Parts: sequence; structure tokens; C-alpha cells
Amino acid sequence: MQTEIKFAGFGGQGILLSAKLLAYAAMKQGSFVAWIPSYGPEMRGGTAYCTVVISDRLIGSPIIKNPTHLVAMNLPSLEKFENDVKPGGIIFINSSLIPVTSKRTDVTQLVVPVNDIAIKAGSVRAANIVALSAFAAKSELVDLDLLKACVKEEFAAKPKIIPLNMDAFDRGVEIALADQAQTA
Amino acid sequence: MAKVLMKGNEAIGEAAIRAGCKNYFAYPITPQSEVAEYLVKRLPEEGGVFLQGESEVAVGYMIFGAAGAGERVMTTSSSPGISLMSEAISYIAAAQCPAVFVNIVRGGPGLGGILPSQGDYFQATKGGGHGDYHLLVLAPDGVQEAVEMTMQAFTLAEKYRGPVMIMGDGLIGQMMEPVEFPDDLKTEPTNKDDWATSGMDFRKSKKRNLVKSLFLDPTALNDNNLALKAKYEQMKKEEVQFELYNGDTDYQILITSYGTMSRVCRTAIDMLKEDGIEVAMLRPKTLFPFPEKAVFEAACKDSCKAVISIEMSMGQMVEDVERCVKGRRPVEFYGECGGDIPSPEKIIDIIKELL
Repeated sequence: MQTEIKFAGFGGQGILLSAKLLAYAAMKQGSFVAWIPSYGPEMRGGTAYCTVVISDRLIGSPIIKNPTHLVAMNLPSLEKFENDVKPGGIIFINSSLIPVTSKRTDVTQLVVPVNDIAIKAGSVRAANIVALSAFAAKSELVDLDLLKACVKEEFAAKPKIIPLNMDAFDRGVEIALADQAQTA
Repeated sequence: MAKVLMKGNEAIGEAAIRAGCKNYFAYPITPQSEVAEYLVKRLPEEGGVFLQGESEVAVGYMIFGAAGAGERVMTTSSSPGISLMSEAISYIAAAQCPAVFVNIVRGGPGLGGILPSQGDYFQATKGGGHGDYHLLVLAPDGVQEAVEMTMQAFTLAEKYRGPVMIMGDGLIGQMMEPVEFPDDLKTEPTNKDDWATSGMDFRKSKKRNLVKSLFLDPTALNDNNLALKAKYEQMKKEEVQFELYNGDTDYQILITSYGTMSRVCRTAIDMLKEDGIEVAMLRPKTLFPFPEKAVFEAACKDSCKAVISIEMSMGQMVEDVERCVKGRRPVEFYGECGGDIPSPEKIIDIIKELL
């Protein structure tokens, strides 16, 4: 069993960190993981995306054309990658910046205004953590307590912003679970 | 120790420290600059020295200096940077000094691009610099192997008193995977008193040591080249490393592939197996010495109809494969090297055409 998650947005949104935290938690859970950034001649503010592979066996190709799930943090990312997602996957949409939903009908869409939620938590900079926790709650790929501990560990050197990120994390989980209850 | 999640470049830096490397000189170049970024912080903590050269040419000779003084020393670079260091590498090989060079290969020729490639196979295995020398070349397929090979590289460099190269690619440098740093791969530095210019005040032997690559006397030059040749022959006997994947089946096709490309092939082989098609892969882990006998034997298995070398190049390792297969099977080639790595599906299509 192998799951691939593409995180996409613009540079500065914390895409690479969200993806790394998910990979880290999955690793702690005992899975094989790989975190594969797209690196290219990008500029600040340009697109940033990366893929996390979580598997119960040694990971072969790190080249993923069709991920299981997509976390889209801005409109160009959704437009660029929505058609690549495997049927049955989750497309996560940051509705603070994406005014549309995906035309795909064979996937589950999770629409969350992560920037607005992050602002409520105290800073828009925590938007990536809201997205991470909401996606994780919906996809059930990793234990949420473990993931939260990983987020806390990541910010260990900056204790001032831990409460903000913990709050952002909880808010993300909350909205994903509310969405779950609504669709169930 | 527990696994940690690390970028290949950072893991190579940490592996060098664990292997006892105290000297790292480099000049930044994408896609490997994180090695320097990591070591500039970590090496001083370990009592080591990081120094950025003014160019790769300078770095090559800084490595020569430290290696000649008997220190464990490493540099990392990417393709164009390795080209600039190649003169020094030739000198280091001639002067028989142990040093570790890491090439996180990017697309070429020229400045090329910054995405992964395997276009430096010829440069790594067939010279690069001038003269009759070889590097011992290790090719990891992921972050864990990059760590293990970096640690082994210091031991091998001292065993053979010569330059060892790790040939990775941009993807291995940039991706994160869980890694462990095996303590048992760490070795104590060998005693270099009998040859290194380590300073008479610092060693027991008061013999005058001379590290040089200039041998104007034809007999002396010939002797030096024979000594190098003897080392390469010993490497061929003792250091060949490879993996044969799915080799216990009645495979119809044998793939030869290494590094990142071999991982894509591995997935393609697993997918083909589900369709009832058996394909094996021989993955050289040492590019020099090349697993000559293993390639020949794997190709000559009765069930095997053809061999195909799949590379992120326009056809480089395939020349060694052809040499080893000795005409017993057709040897085909598939490669891409613009920076896009072929998908497993593409490899499957290529294999199916051969059946």
C-alpha cells in the first residue's frame, strides 16, 4: 500500500514544511517515506510544490505523476494538478485563495479557508499548519496526536510561536471533522 | 540509533562527520549547496574546518593539500564544478592521496540545467582529468545509501590511497528520506606517517616524505602508473558492489540501471510482475570497478532475451554493459536527460516493445 500526497502553492506558504511534517509523522509511525521537492529555477513568490510518499514497503520510483491526494494552496496549483489526482483521492482546496472548486467528480473535495482560519488563530503564517492538520484529519494517514507532536517539535527552537501553531492545528482538525460529519 | 528524516545533501554532510572527516572545502553550486550549508554549521562543532574556495579550481587543490597532509578531506560539487576540479583530481590520483569527491550530478553539457542527470558517468568512470587513472566510483540509489557510501568512501580512499567519488544526482541530493548512520561503517584513519607530508614535528618517523605527481624519469613515471594500475586491478577483485533485483525468476529482459533511475525501474519491474512479465535489474553500486562478471552472467541466463540499459543520459553506462555482455545478447538503450525523470509507465512501454 502506497499513498502519495502532492502539496502545492506559492513560495512562502510553507508547503515544503507541511509536507515534511506529514512525512516525519508517517516515518515515526513506522512507514517508509520520501519527501520529494520540485526544485527548479523558481523565484520567490513562484510556485512551490512537493510530494510525500508513504508506503508500507521500500519506496521505488520517487517520481510521482499521479498522486493519491492533492493539497492545493492557491489557484494555479489547483488548475495545474487537479487532473493528475487518482480517482478516489482527496483534493484539498484553500478557499481563502481559491474561489472555485474542482470539476472532478470522482474525488473527495475538502474546502477549507485556511488563511482566514490562521488569521483567527493569530497569524496567516500558520495557514500551512491549518491545511496540514485538516488534510491529515480527513485523510487519516497519520495519528493526529503524533502529527501535532511533530509540529511542536519542529518549532521547538521558537517556543513563542508554538501556541499559535497548536491552535492553528486544532482549528484545522476541527473544521475537517465538521466537514466529515456534514458529508456523512 | 533512531531514524531521522533528512535531505540527501544534509545526510551526506552528517555522514562525512560521522566518518571522521574534519576538512571540507567547497564552492556552492545547485543542486548540492545544502551540503556546505549543513557543514558550515556542523563542522566547527566537531573541531573541523569548513573553507569556501574562491572557485572549484582552488577547491580541488585545497583538497590535494589536505589529502597530501594525510587528513580526511571531502568536497562536494555538481557537474560543472567537478569539471573545474578535474585537473586537481588527476594530480591527486597521480600523487596517490586519499580524498572524497561527491558529485551531485545535474544536467549538462555546459552549464546545462540544475535538475537530476546521470550525464557524468563517462567523466566519473573514464577519467575526467588527464592521464591513466580511475576513481573508485560509488553510486547510491537513495539517501540511506548516500550515507553509507559516504562513510565507506573515506575507508576506501585510504585503503587505496586515492580519490573516491560518490556519484549521486540532483534528486538524491534534494529528497528527504529516513536515514540511520551506522556506527560500524566508521573506521579509524590509517597511519600515514610513511608517505604523508604531515609535518615532521607531528610524526614519529623522521623520514622526509614527498607528495608529487611529476615524474620526469620515464622509468619512475612508468612505475607510478603500474602502481596505480595494480590498485585498480585490486579494486576489480575486492570492491565490486551490485544488486540483482528479481534475479531469481525466469526473467526475459535484464535492465541495467543505477542511482535514481534504478528506483524507477524497480517500480516498473514490480508493476510488470503483476502482469505476469518477469524482468530483472542489475544495479551497479560501484560504477568503477564495474560489476563485469555479474552483468555477463545475468545477461546470459537462458530465459533472458535482451539487455537494456536505462539511464538519465544519452547512453553512457550502456557502453560498459555492451563490453561485458560480449555480444551474447542484444544490448538496447533508453535514456532521457533533460531533467525530467522517466516514469515507471514509460519504462514499462519500453520493456514491452522489447518482448
